[in-house]
Amino acid sequence: MSQRRVVVTGLGATTPLGGDVDSTWKALLAGQSGVRLLTEDWRELLPVHFAARVATEPADQMERVEMRRLDRSEQFALVASREAWKDAGSPDEVDKERLGVVIASGIGGVITLLDQFVNLNEKGARGVSPHTVPMLMPNGPAANVGLELQAKAGVHTPVSACASGAEAIGYAFEMIKNNRADIIVTGGVEAAIHQLPMAGFAAMKALSTRNDAPARASRPYDVDRDGFVLGEGGGILVIEEYEHAKARGAKIYCEIGGQGLSSDGYHIAAPDPDGSGVRRAIKFALENSGLSTKDIVHLNAHATSTPAGDVAEANALRKALGADADHVAVSATKSMTGHLLGGAGAIESVFIVKALQDRLAPPTINIENLDPAVTVDVVRDTPRQLPAGDIAALNDSFGFGGHNVVLAFKSL
Amino acid sequence: MALSPADVLAGIKEIVEEVAGIPAASIELGKNFTEDLEVDSLSMVEVVVACEERFGVKIPDEKVTELATVGDAVNFIVNAAA
Repeated sequence: MSQRRVVVTGLGATTPLGGDVDSTWKALLAGQSGVRLLTEDWRELLPVHFAARVATEPADQMERVEMRRLDRSEQFALVASREAWKDAGSPDEVDKERLGVVIASGIGGVITLLDQFVNLNEKGARGVSPHTVPMLMPNGPAANVGLELQAKAGVHTPVSACASGAEAIGYAFEMIKNNRADIIVTGGVEAAIHQLPMAGFAAMKALSTRNDAPARASRPYDVDRDGFVLGEGGGILVIEEYEHAKARGAKIYCEIGGQGLSSDGYHIAAPDPDGSGVRRAIKFALENSGLSTKDIVHLNAHATSTPAGDVAEANALRKALGADADHVAVSATKSMTGHLLGGAGAIESVFIVKALQDRLAPPTINIENLDPAVTVDVVRDTPRQLPAGDIAALNDSFGFGGHNVVLAFKSL
Repeated sequence: MALSPADVLAGIKEIVEEVAGIPAASIELGKNFTEDLEVDSLSMVEVVVACEERFGVKIPDEKVTELATVGDAVNFIVNAAA
């Protein structure tokens, strides 16, 4: 059997910058921030008063009765998957036994879990919704999309905290490579803007507390960065075996070359300052995709705006790419979207696909003073033109637990 | 407090529309919840709990399976409240 290749044929998103891919991408290139003050009273319980909520509520895109049976994370998954499926040409005729779904979430239906606990305490067991379990299970987003599309090749949900979305795409990539499926709807979502998860992240000192300037709070690589900004939403890709996509005349965005996976074995939450895990993941991704460091022109960094994480990653990139890092345009789009946790690696993969298509690396905003410890070439404030010809880009995603996932995308 | 069958039917229509999205106009006494209205088992639990709250009655789990049609539910609730 000849080597199976994997291409991207559809994109969908719902993010703090827009209710779909086009509006999100335009806002991203314009350097807009999706971070805003929270309007809920509970923000006063917390040291952090802001987050990056989705720009368009699912209620604007879904029926009420459908919504009430779905956790917010599942709503995001359906909204973005419907867009991606349509963008792929609504290929409803595909063999459902060769159609898969791999959609991740870092935390799952945490808002449902907490809301129903309130119901239990206030109304007793009879007050707990019969939809509670299907709504809170982390595989719920994947399962609901799988049900809607009647996918029968397998529905999966890898979980690795903030690397989950990228790990899902990598898993889907392997499913096609290994001939388990021909077409897969894949990505990641997160809906965790709620006082409890936020209090937990705040207790770790992981969140920015720049309450006087929320839109300036997510500032990867700036010397005064003080933590990440929690975001919500998700990104979805339709990926497909190359010959399968060609045979049905699909629009092809680019190729997924491969992935690199590693784990730190260092600390449950802190990044390994040595960055050897990240370096190995990059090396594996290049090997797996048959690319060399010379081919890479753009990288969407994990860069969440935490003091330790951004520099550890930048150091690892410099070591992994060597002198070739000089021609890699590094973008930290969490400066605009906030950190979508399990949705991050997926939405950032959508951004890479758009960057390869438009030959534009999106900007990183809010860098007033670049941290001198950062020795990679950061795209600041305005988009940067990428070269013509064959190019490739990487997406870094890391998660609490020491999970490292690097995805490699190639122009086609 | 006695409830009139008409009031209970009106209440059930509102609840089923709210929970399952079925237009109130299509909900009639003779309609079967599962086969005609396509209320699934999870949504049926919601309908039952909402009816209990609204009409101040208890609908034991073993009775729920006997409430096949909207009319069955109306009769049960009217009798239970009497």
